[in-house]
Amino acid sequence: MIAELGHFALVLTLMVALAQSIVPMVGAARGDLRMMAMAGPAASAQFALVLVAFGALTYSYVVSDFSVYNVVSNSNSLQPMLYKVSGVWGNHEGSILLWVLILALYGVLVAMFGGNLPPTLKARVLAVQGIIAVGFSAFLLLTSNPFERVFPVPVDGNDLNPLLQDPGLAFHPPMLYAGYVGLSTAFSFAVAALIEGKVDAAWARWVRPWTLVAWIFLTAGIVLGSWWAYYELGWGGFWFWDPVENASFMPWLVATALLHSAIVVEKRDTLKSWTILLAIIGFSLSLIGTFLVRSGVLTSVHAFATDPQRGLFILLLLVVAIGGSLALFAWRAPAMKGGGLFQPISREGGLVLNNLLLSTAAVTVLLGTLYPLFLDVLELGKVSVGAPFFNATFVPLMFPLIVVAGFGPMLAWKRGDLAGALQRLKVAALATLAIVGVAAWLSWGLKAVGVAGIALAAWLACATLAEFANRINLGRGSLFNSLRRARGLPRSSWGMTVTHFGLAVIIAGITGASLWRTEAIQEMKIGESVDVAGYNYTLDKVENLRGPNYFVERGTFTVRHDGKVYTVMEPEKRKYFVQQRETTEAAIYTTFMKDLYVVLGDGKDGAWVTRIYHNPLVPWMWMGALIMVLGGALSLSDRRLRVGAPKRHAAPAMAQLAGAE
Amino acid sequence: MTFRHFLYLLPLLVFLGISIYFAIGLGKDPREIPSALIDKPVPQFELPLLVEDLPGLATADFGGEVAMVNVFASWCIPCRIEHPVITRLADEGILPVYGLNWKDEKEDARAWLNELGNSYTRIGWDLSGRVGIDWGVYGVPETYIVGKQGRIRYKHVGPISREALNETILPIIRELQAE
Repeated sequence: MIAELGHFALVLTLMVALAQSIVPMVGAARGDLRMMAMAGPAASAQFALVLVAFGALTYSYVVSDFSVYNVVSNSNSLQPMLYKVSGVWGNHEGSILLWVLILALYGVLVAMFGGNLPPTLKARVLAVQGIIAVGFSAFLLLTSNPFERVFPVPVDGNDLNPLLQDPGLAFHPPMLYAGYVGLSTAFSFAVAALIEGKVDAAWARWVRPWTLVAWIFLTAGIVLGSWWAYYELGWGGFWFWDPVENASFMPWLVATALLHSAIVVEKRDTLKSWTILLAIIGFSLSLIGTFLVRSGVLTSVHAFATDPQRGLFILLLLVVAIGGSLALFAWRAPAMKGGGLFQPISREGGLVLNNLLLSTAAVTVLLGTLYPLFLDVLELGKVSVGAPFFNATFVPLMFPLIVVAGFGPMLAWKRGDLAGALQRLKVAALATLAIVGVAAWLSWGLKAVGVAGIALAAWLACATLAEFANRINLGRGSLFNSLRRARGLPRSSWGMTVTHFGLAVIIAGITGASLWRTEAIQEMKIGESVDVAGYNYTLDKVENLRGPNYFVERGTFTVRHDGKVYTVMEPEKRKYFVQQRETTEAAIYTTFMKDLYVVLGDGKDGAWVTRIYHNPLVPWMWMGALIMVLGGALSLSDRRLRVGAPKRHAAPAMAQLAGAE
Repeated sequence: MTFRHFLYLLPLLVFLGISIYFAIGLGKDPREIPSALIDKPVPQFELPLLVEDLPGLATADFGGEVAMVNVFASWCIPCRIEHPVITRLADEGILPVYGLNWKDEKEDARAWLNELGNSYTRIGWDLSGRVGIDWGVYGVPETYIVGKQGRIRYKHVGPISREALNETILPIIRELQAE
């Protein structure tokens, strides 16, 4: 009964979304305020309905209603409650339902916080969101109904994929989806602007917070996924360049570019078509990512039928959404005139370079991801593109990007003074050299390339701090004065400083994790010990225990450093009852500078394969990511974004509207 | 059309190019696992029986007539979905349908068959999954068709729907039986 209720709510969602996409759009074209005003309530109704559907599915999971096919396939009565709930989105149908729910949530938020938007723009934005909702709710109803029943009712369920039974991964999809779908708002704004034929500073100011929200969630989601891979897959790696990861990384790169180019539109009224294009591409890449992951063109999830119908439907959605918006772009964008001119060496110049590098990076990742598909289609054989390709193409692009990220904020708008900027960055350059010296000394004997990574991180951190010091006049005048200036700085400016600094910390972390790692794989008997990077690990015992829905083999290692007991680590190997799959739970001991990482492998005749890693600077990746997310949140709290555009922008906007039509 | 206009059109063209690849990529079965065993003789194996009154399964049981091997397990939900299709096919007597019970406890598998019905002519019990590996089983359910010469001629991955049965599998069976 509850499941049917959810199904019915989903049907109503489709109807409401249809109305939301047509009526306000027509109203905006006709100048009919009443028709336009329908957008807001429709968005609220749509959200309420999806919430009912989502609630119904969640309820079915919570009470373990095994007459629902989706529940029986992905849940089990023994499963802890957390994973019963996260099982809702741990499968194809449920995850698309979550997608639609988040989309509807963004719709409501636009309706709520879009009070200062011009009515036609607001109506069109919500109508475009409505169109996306139509596509996805139809997708759910026609090919991926989460409420399908199964008869006869099975006694117990198939269990959630054990790899997904993990607190980190329970919250990874909602975060990531909040990011993916958040980009739909920027997309809707871009399409609405193309229909209206005008883009101005005010538009950029409205788009920015939505992009920022999406970016924050994307960042958090990607890092959560990476963190999960790090501790759960048991190889000490954190990024594997597989299609699913790339699918989330490409939108992130484009969203980052968009955040920067929107600043140029806002401050200098130029780079408009480019910014629009980025907004379209950002969401397009989210959609393509969904397509790649869900259609099984690239990866196949064996345990479950991939349905060619589904792939075809998403492809159709792609062609309509991306093809349609890009066609609109080709038609309308040439009419948009750029505003301010600028010299190559200027803040704009720096941001353009940032955009070029970031989008090239995104294209590189896209190529690497699709290359196997291209070859397969051309019957040239099956290949996989791995880390070497990305290390050779993507990483070199990041070097100039980070160097420019240090300079850029020092340059003035329109015409920058490179010599002056260099002068002000002298201290930063010296500090960088000092740090590099220390790093080289500390890492003597390890891979020398790592020092280049540390140099990059140190440069970005020092230049960012120098720019901040310069901005608050530190060292010129009293300290009190500087503190007052710091307090008075706009939050967005704080946001930039904090985010760039966070990036520097991440780069240092990635460098340490990928280049300076020490690993040792060996067979160990009880009582044996091994030395890894100055730490001595002794295998004390291995016990067999039982968890709620799995068996555990737990090893106990005593770690000694300089002859004293340093810590005790307990890695586990779990075997889940239902799917008979094994997962490894690495034991990780984290300090400020490093992780100790121990994995218990297969045991035979009283000896166990153990993998022990010494991972310097890994904690910095997670810290850096946290700092970046914090920086994004700071920037989001900027007063300007909440209050909206000042009046003075109204005049040029009107002039442009007149010019375009 | 000016060069400027062409530049604005470029993103659309690139996307359309990519989507053509997507469309063709979809047409190819993404999970078409190039089974190295297609057209090879059935591997050498001998499996014990699962149910008391039905014989087990071994290499010697193949050859002479076209037969189907359905790999299933009680813990596999898609198997539950395809089971009525398999049962009906077996009941129609078009060809012998053998079961290969994969990585399953005996009691669970028997209970499963008691509940859902059992029309297999033979069932081999592969607790360790070793024989499954020889057959090239990646997961359950999978279904193989073995020709008159005792060679594996076709492999279906995932549950068999009625459409797949009528449109793909039955024609193949008829073709092989006519050979």
